[in-house]
Amino acid sequence: MNCEECHEREASLHFTKIINGEKTEFHICEHCAKEKGEFMPGSNSFSIHQLLSGLLHGDGHVPNTPSSNFIPPSLSCEKCGMSYYQFAKIGRFGCENCYKAFESKLNPIFKRVHGGNTLHAGKIPLRAGSSIQEKKQLQQLKQALQQYILNEEFEKAAETRDIIREIERRLEQGRDS
Amino acid sequence: MSLERFISDAISPWMKREGPESDIVLSSRVRLARNIHQFVFPIAADKESAHEVIGSISSCTNEEETEPLEMLMMEKLKPIQKRVLVEKHLISPNLAEQAKYGAVLMNDDESVSIMLNEEDHIRIQCLAPGFQLEEVLHKANEIDDLIEKNVDYAFDEKRGYLTSCPTNVGTGLRASVMMHLPALVLTKKMSRIIPAINQLGLAVRGIYGEGTEAQGNIFQISNQMTLGKSEEDIMEDLAGVVAQVIQQERAARKQLQDALKLQLEDKLFRSLGTLENCRIIQSKEAAKCLSDVRLGIDLEILPGISKTILNELMILTQPGFLQQYAGEVLTPEERDIRRATLIRERIKLENR
Repeated sequence: MNCEECHEREASLHFTKIINGEKTEFHICEHCAKEKGEFMPGSNSFSIHQLLSGLLHGDGHVPNTPSSNFIPPSLSCEKCGMSYYQFAKIGRFGCENCYKAFESKLNPIFKRVHGGNTLHAGKIPLRAGSSIQEKKQLQQLKQALQQYILNEEFEKAAETRDIIREIERRLEQGRDS
Repeated sequence: MSLERFISDAISPWMKREGPESDIVLSSRVRLARNIHQFVFPIAADKESAHEVIGSISSCTNEEETEPLEMLMMEKLKPIQKRVLVEKHLISPNLAEQAKYGAVLMNDDESVSIMLNEEDHIRIQCLAPGFQLEEVLHKANEIDDLIEKNVDYAFDEKRGYLTSCPTNVGTGLRASVMMHLPALVLTKKMSRIIPAINQLGLAVRGIYGEGTEAQGNIFQISNQMTLGKSEEDIMEDLAGVVAQVIQQERAARKQLQDALKLQLEDKLFRSLGTLENCRIIQSKEAAKCLSDVRLGIDLEILPGISKTILNELMILTQPGFLQQYAGEVLTPEERDIRRATLIRERIKLENR
């Protein structure tokens, strides 16, 4: 059996943790056990990132029950090269694109860290804000366009299509600059 | 250098002003975490991209509309200089020790510090004396808007401001207040208040010292959640709890004065005596006595001593400052002697 931390070395240490009656099994190699102080008897060292790392692993620690929590070893960010395992280990993203690359795993993490919340409800930067407004407008226009086509109001549909193109062009330019 | 001169240089100018509720709230702080679009975060960045980040921020804060900011590069500072900045809470220990290409921008009165290439590209920090959360948020937002005029932030419609650590995503806002709560500790109420505050999604920490055993009875209360609530809501929740704790502390102080006046006076005068006469003192004992003396000042039991003495000496008696004052590296034993001397001399200044 391979180590659940590094997925490279043979697991030589096997632990069973029982917290509030919930049983969790760990199978890791000696090297990773040393890095994760919590497994070493008598060691109390622990940091926010270790704590977080525990959360990020979620119940992925139960290897015999493949579920939606199964993480393919290839899951990694193409921009900065950070793998999900690395992210789970250090508890930090390597770049903004990691948020997209690990998107499918993030909701449960944010829920635990932020009291059940997963969506931003605060400040919007002024400049990015205008393009976010435009994107919303774009969605509405596209819906309207569909409706016009269904109703065979082709003149209105053509007008709407032109407005959509204009906004899309602006958004495209904004991205390049 | 004379002691007066050293103190006046060492204490940040903003700390010398008095703020609202400053008998209990020592200071208010807001920190905004921001990253720049298209640059990888500092933990994954190489030298070139880190320097580009510093370049782009320093150029946009150099314009005339901002107050002048001084830039310090971490790689050019000596360990003691960095330690002093940490002890003044102007930079984080992480920036001083870990960040490879870290830098900090500070304004004249040191109430604004912008850390670059810490865990995130940009960490805007604003400080104010007393209980002034709204004011510090306003100030931090101003700086945020100014920087945003010149750079694109890493921002996502769904997730908000994207940060390196998942605990900061969304608003990137961490707001905190430093509170002096001696009566709640003396009356053993603090151990019940802390879990209650935690349940509201706020963290309570001893700033100096570990866990609930806060040195100098100084506690920091801060928000934990950054995602799913607006900045205003986060601040309101925190301010509401802080206002409650202020009330509780005031009530506990009154209770002590009514029920145990003589015992209280005895304790506070003894602590003043210790500080006036010590020849060797460890930081823990110094913090305890300073807290007592400050309580004595607030309750008008020890008249004629300035209120800022606790804030000043809690900062000045830390290892970095003691060594800077001495101008050399000191062993812990030597520090205890220096600490005693510095405290005695500082109190002598009061009695003139």
